[in-house]
Amino acid sequence: MNIIDIKKEFPIFNNKVQNNDLVYLDSANSSQKPLVVIDRIYDFYTKEFSNVGRSVHYLAVAATNLYENTRSSVQKYINAKEKDEIVFTKGATEAINLVASSFGHKYLKEGDEVLITELEHHSNYVPWHYLRKSIGIKIEFAEINQEGEVTIDEIKKKITPKTKIIALTHLSNVTGAILPIKEITQLAHSKGIPVLVDGCQSAPHMKLDMQDLDCDFYAISCHKMYGPTGLGILYAKKKWLEDLPPYQGGGGMINWVKKDDIGYGDLPNKYEAGTMATAQVIAFNESIKFIKKIGIENIAKHEEELIKYGEEILKKNNSVKLIGNPKKRGAVLSFTIDGIHPHDIATILDEDGVAIRAGHHCCQVLHDKLDLTASARASVGVYNTTEDFDKLNLSINKCKKIFNLK
Amino acid sequence: MNLKELYQEIILDHGKNPRNLRKTENFNKDAKGHNPLCGDKVHIYLKINENKKIEDISFEGQGCAISMASASIMTDLVKGKEEFEVKEIVSDFLDMIKEKDKLNNKILHDDDKTKLMCLSGVKQYPMRVKCATLSWHTLTSAINNSQEEINTESN
Repeated sequence: MNIIDIKKEFPIFNNKVQNNDLVYLDSANSSQKPLVVIDRIYDFYTKEFSNVGRSVHYLAVAATNLYENTRSSVQKYINAKEKDEIVFTKGATEAINLVASSFGHKYLKEGDEVLITELEHHSNYVPWHYLRKSIGIKIEFAEINQEGEVTIDEIKKKITPKTKIIALTHLSNVTGAILPIKEITQLAHSKGIPVLVDGCQSAPHMKLDMQDLDCDFYAISCHKMYGPTGLGILYAKKKWLEDLPPYQGGGGMINWVKKDDIGYGDLPNKYEAGTMATAQVIAFNESIKFIKKIGIENIAKHEEELIKYGEEILKKNNSVKLIGNPKKRGAVLSFTIDGIHPHDIATILDEDGVAIRAGHHCCQVLHDKLDLTASARASVGVYNTTEDFDKLNLSINKCKKIFNLK
Repeated sequence: MNLKELYQEIILDHGKNPRNLRKTENFNKDAKGHNPLCGDKVHIYLKINENKKIEDISFEGQGCAISMASASIMTDLVKGKEEFEVKEIVSDFLDMIKEKDKLNNKILHDDDKTKLMCLSGVKQYPMRVKCATLSWHTLTSAINNSQEEINTESN
């Protein structure tokens, strides 16, 4: 695998950013896009555009086939049992909102508990909070350990007879901890509790196998997987998609409509109301092909080496403190520098073309727990190299110089 | 862009050792401000006497060098001023940060204006303007006793 060649497939790196070569260390926020994905959107709109699933003319049929081809690709890529278990959404956020709303309104009542973790992104907390307000459910938080991980023992401790669903991240976007989803699912299922996994941070970096994980729901963000924005995927076991009520109502999701009643469409149309992000869905097939061409195992190995390198280099840098120390760190490295606020770090790094994220990364509960208002985060994708971390380190030293730190 | 212009010595000094970073005893007006994007918080306390003069001003909070320095310099400059004067200084400062080249108020001395102009470097960093203005909006809210928490994303 030649990273220099792979990097060339991403046009963004051909241009200077404020007269600097771009050092993009913000892929956990959103990844850059390879040309094949960008071209696919252009080609679809210029040569093949039509709405899907409705008209019978040539373009409509072709577009529908392309759209469904992506569904099949996703199914194979994540090893879902059936194609109908793949639902397109406007993002992972909508995927989680869909489950919280449809599952919550059918199965949750006052006093029931939803178990999440302190690592959760706001998108896997706020939708459950809605139910806390509307139904009166309780939200329990599995706590992190010293290393910034959530262990199976902690989950075990927090499960009660009132726990009705467990919703948790696969890979923390702050500490980088990877949660033992398969074991948690086994435990939860032994008690009859379904499991929703927020796979936003894991999907771009590790091999996914839904049948092996055996979770009930899995949310994926396509723009973090070298794909277009405005698109997410909800994987859900067929029994749930058949059982739960639809999330949004509108065109395309119905079977029949009468003045006194409505019949909903079959799977997966039941959950795809209105005109979907057609071009993005079709282009996302190219993202999957791109990942498969390189091989997700190769990407994972490359990123693992990068993170190890970054970890070592930052650990040697005085005054840099890494957040979390998980046994195996996913593709993010969050840190603070004593005496410099993360926003000041990000502004100074930006001057050198080093793009990182500063803030609470949509994890305020976790930052409260860590007694931080904000942190800085460097995250990687397939196009990063060890040189990117060398440049990061140099720019961090520049921050320290500006702030008169040693 | 010029980092040296943004992180001038005076900003770094006030950012590191903020003046009036405490809670005024017997304060009679206060307001909170919050930037939900970064989690920065500020709480401003005022002690205003019967002549509507600011006898004491202080703040508590956490934030970046720009927001801490801005709050620190602001509290230094408005102490001892009357409410109407403070309002004029605030609006002059906000105009300057948004668009104008200089401060036009006739209340502050030139050396105080020079100190304040050190914050003008943020103009080149649109994402950081909110860091500089949070405490100023919060001061207005405190003076007006509006009981409204200032939120950088809601206006």
